[in-house]
Amino acid sequence: MLAPDAHPSLPAGLIACHECDLLQTEPVLAPGETARCARCGAFLARNPPDSVDRSLALSLAAAILYLIANIYPLVGLEMQGQRVEVTLAGALLILWRDGMQPVAALVGVTTLVFPLLELAMILVVLVPLRLGRVSPRLAPFFRLVRSVKPWGMVEVFLLGMLVSLVKLSHLADVILGAAFWAMAALIVVLTLAGRAFDSRLLWQTPVIENRP
Amino acid sequence: MSRERPFVARQARQAGLLNCHICGQLSQAPAGGGFLRCPRCRAPLHMRKPASLATTWALVIAAAILYIPANLLPMMSTASLLGSQEDTIMSGVIFLWQSGSWPLAAVVFFASVMVPLLKIFALVYLAAAAQRRSRHRLIQRTRLYRMVEFVGRWSMLDIYVITILVALVKFQGLATIQAGPAAVAFGAVVVLTMFAAMSFDPRLIWDPAADSAPSLPDPDSDHA
Repeated sequence: MLAPDAHPSLPAGLIACHECDLLQTEPVLAPGETARCARCGAFLARNPPDSVDRSLALSLAAAILYLIANIYPLVGLEMQGQRVEVTLAGALLILWRDGMQPVAALVGVTTLVFPLLELAMILVVLVPLRLGRVSPRLAPFFRLVRSVKPWGMVEVFLLGMLVSLVKLSHLADVILGAAFWAMAALIVVLTLAGRAFDSRLLWQTPVIENRP
Repeated sequence: MSRERPFVARQARQAGLLNCHICGQLSQAPAGGGFLRCPRCRAPLHMRKPASLATTWALVIAAAILYIPANLLPMMSTASLLGSQEDTIMSGVIFLWQSGSWPLAAVVFFASVMVPLLKIFALVYLAAAAQRRSRHRLIQRTRLYRMVEFVGRWSMLDIYVITILVALVKFQGLATIQAGPAAVAFGAVVVLTMFAAMSFDPRLIWDPAADSAPSLPDPDSDHA
């Protein structure tokens, strides 16, 4: 049983800044324009052109790149004709068996689970939106995207791989695998998808008074 | 951007309006209070993040305590035919520096040593200033908060370096590298400071100023 709802707001066209709580009128944005808070400069809204099409296309590309990044080896070493390579899952398994379960779990969650969850939830929201079905039932999935996003750290992981390869470069020749490049592309594509998505599209339906 | 008419700042809180942090819908706070949900997207609504300062303090203090073992204990131990060696975060940085890759040494030093430390200091400052209800440097403090939120994730760097080192060297078979106890402490510092930054409500920076004056001086003077 839920507590009673807050009443829908009376003033139309008003928004408040998430960072300083300043009330201001919602600006009408031309395609490509971004609105910032008049007082603290925080991001308020963006109006990206072709929002749903572009973010869906980029998210599907990201899903393919995610698969490649997890199937193929990330990095490897070559020494006297001998070649070793690791995948992300392989590296996590070794860390786990080494008695470092908390660290393995942290790495797994931030590089594997949360990026996957973020990607899946973006698609769950975008596909119905593309099919023209705006529904309040999408809201929980969008909330999940928002709460999971800060914990996906693929770009930090990429830099970490580079540092460790430099540390090993005096021992052997280092190899950048297919998954490494897929991961680098994944970061770019996912960032662009996030920028292309206008979350206001989700809330275009009028406020629902009665729920089943 | 310039404005002709005088600028009167008014917060949603002063107008009795709740701002949904997910969809941005404003709704009127009923007199009774209690647990509320956004009428548009059903997200939980709060005037301010609940127990924001107390949570931030608790998490920052825990992170500051764990920062000590994270830097003093070994981050990894290397064993090979030539002997064994234990490395802390700092000795790893020095190794990178001496092997000639000083740009990477600087990156690792910044991400692993400086960022967590500066983050802890910044959060202590932000929480203390909000608690004192300071009305100074509002814009600067908001920017500091944004920086803390943005930069925090990069301190995970060393954890990832260890992950790849352990895996590659194990496969290669000439030596073994094991993650040390500092890795757990360090991971905890990163996670705790990220939670601390998330629990801090930046609107608390602006509340004292809004309460003390019905109209603020033109904020453009702050931008100079």
